[in-house]
Amino acid sequence: MSAPAPLLALEHVHVGFATDEGVVSAVSDVSLAVNAGEIFGLVGESGCGKTTLAMAAMGLLPHSASVHGAVRFEGRDLVGLPEEDLRRLRGDRISMVFQDPMTSLDPAFPIGDQVAETIRAHRDVDKQQARARALELLAGVGIPEPERRYGDAPHRLSGGMRQRVVIATALANEPALLLADEPTTALDVTIQSQVLDLLRDLRARLRTTIVLITHDLGVIAQICDRVGVMYAGQLVEVAPVADIFRAPRHPYTQALLAALPSQQQEPGTLRVIPGRVPNLVTPPPGCRFAGRCPSVMDVCTTVPPLAHETDAHLIACWLSEATKRAGAPAGAAAGGAA
Amino acid sequence: MSGRALVSDAMAPAPVPGGEPLLRVEGLVKHFTTDRGLLGSGAVLHAVDGVDLEVRPGEVLAVVGESGSGKSTLARCILRLLDPTAGRIVFDGVDVTGLRGRQLAAFRQQVQPVFQDPFSSIDPRWRVGHSVAESLNAFRIGTKAERRERVLDLLDRVGLDPSLANRRPHELSGGQRQRVGIAAALAPAPKLIVADEPVSALDVSVQAQVLNLLADLRRDLGLAIVFVAHDLAVVEHISHRTAVMYLGRIVETGPTGAVFRDPKHPYTKALLEAIPHPDPEHEPAGGGLQGEIPSAIAPPSGCRFRTRCPVAIERCATEDPAMTSFGGAHDAACHVAAAELTAT
Repeated sequence: MSAPAPLLALEHVHVGFATDEGVVSAVSDVSLAVNAGEIFGLVGESGCGKTTLAMAAMGLLPHSASVHGAVRFEGRDLVGLPEEDLRRLRGDRISMVFQDPMTSLDPAFPIGDQVAETIRAHRDVDKQQARARALELLAGVGIPEPERRYGDAPHRLSGGMRQRVVIATALANEPALLLADEPTTALDVTIQSQVLDLLRDLRARLRTTIVLITHDLGVIAQICDRVGVMYAGQLVEVAPVADIFRAPRHPYTQALLAALPSQQQEPGTLRVIPGRVPNLVTPPPGCRFAGRCPSVMDVCTTVPPLAHETDAHLIACWLSEATKRAGAPAGAAAGGAA
Repeated sequence: MSGRALVSDAMAPAPVPGGEPLLRVEGLVKHFTTDRGLLGSGAVLHAVDGVDLEVRPGEVLAVVGESGSGKSTLARCILRLLDPTAGRIVFDGVDVTGLRGRQLAAFRQQVQPVFQDPFSSIDPRWRVGHSVAESLNAFRIGTKAERRERVLDLLDRVGLDPSLANRRPHELSGGQRQRVGIAAALAPAPKLIVADEPVSALDVSVQAQVLNLLADLRRDLGLAIVFVAHDLAVVEHISHRTAVMYLGRIVETGPTGAVFRDPKHPYTKALLEAIPHPDPEHEPAGGGLQGEIPSAIAPPSGCRFRTRCPVAIERCATEDPAMTSFGGAHDAACHVAAAELTAT
């Protein structure tokens, strides 16, 4: 099992935001490896740090953010890389798709030109070549009659079609990694399922590695190979998607699944997770879910290390034998923003 | 309702009492005229195009559909925030379609809205207590002291610490804000709540809390609720009956359990299949719907769904399908489903 090096490896990533109230510890000690060719889901509720983590990986956080740790992409650490180098990577080897397509599209420019521009920004091609390639990409993401649509401004397109254009732009230079942050959240379900089909198809055709960030466990189940679950800035569980749904191990993952309306096997009032997400300016020491956890123990005031329960299933919870074996690392800090 | 209803006893106790409906919508039409639309001036957008529905006291009716289905326009017409182009809205036996002035104000006490983001319609500078008291003030209900007392009761009723009355909206979480929105809606003691996507902006765990709250309120206060949503999974657990809308029309309606277990209309089937199931073993049936919802400015002839329908026949292009009963108050408007019914 000499596994090839992962395409993307996060190592002990911490992200803090300076605010008036103090430093918000948005991401705390997250380590994670994404393999080439897989669709990796990052799931969690608002404020869990999933988007911050992706933005940190892309070097897209504002100056108020401090990022520590390493983000290795194709072996190179992106943290602290000069902006110029990052810009060369973005839109080329790595690209992003956001929830609202209008954050990526310029409302004043024809959609075809926007795709072609992305190509010309990174490739030495003339206008005709870029146009031909853009048409190919638009057709590839299912824009009907791309020649006719090429000159349309984004507002002439529906939300689903706009998101297809954004995906075409993201794929323009055949990136190794596509980071998609809630790419279908603003779309209707029937359109969502079309876009998910498209992503699945792209992975099959182009072997694009996809990191899909979403709050929707249904989307995760339908498209991802593996999934990481985040809570309040901590990565609490990583597993193949079938394991997460069949045998979730972390109490937070279990509670999240139980709160899904469609998970109610028998009639009953919907189960809820009591309590609230902790304040991340003064996060609890140790496991951040402890305050809401039905199985909380004294030891939970120490940060539980993410450890291999099996080869593929990692969990950060003191209930787990694996976590216990991994033990408390000496001087485990309070998981602060470093 | 059948005993096999998917909703629990706690959430949907006993069949809803029969008798007179609290709300009756008859042939409701709402057209908008665009000033200088893409199709030239004066294009007519058929947002709601002939909708009939009924809601009984204590009943939750879900209205589901995608963007452009007209569900929010329908909700706004029921709330009398929009004037319908044609049709009638009858509330508690009274035609309220054309009410004005004091009578309209009285109607608005009885029928209260809950929106997706309650604070989109409330002044962000107001303290929570002020927002909840707003309708009490507007309708001049009670003395000042009584109103204050009522606000604290309402906050408690929706599961908020009464001390939050002095906070401002930005200090609250999304779930807390929606509870404040619900408290404000409850303030004038309405009989009907019209909730437009009340939980779609909330996280899963918070969504469950707010759905439970609405179910409790329905049970304890005997409220009727029109619950407008795009998320079918949410609706399944709170509603007695479900109406599915497509391009301004209701295409299927029935007891929620029947609509979900045995959908008749191809659009309802497609919607149900498109829900991403939180189960990796679940194989999505069929290829899913192709294309997108057509423009409501020029809806297709005949059945409006036919341009995306996997089973459409010639007749669908020429003849608008009428509602057919499939028994047990389960109706759908589809030529193909109706033909299958007569064939068996």
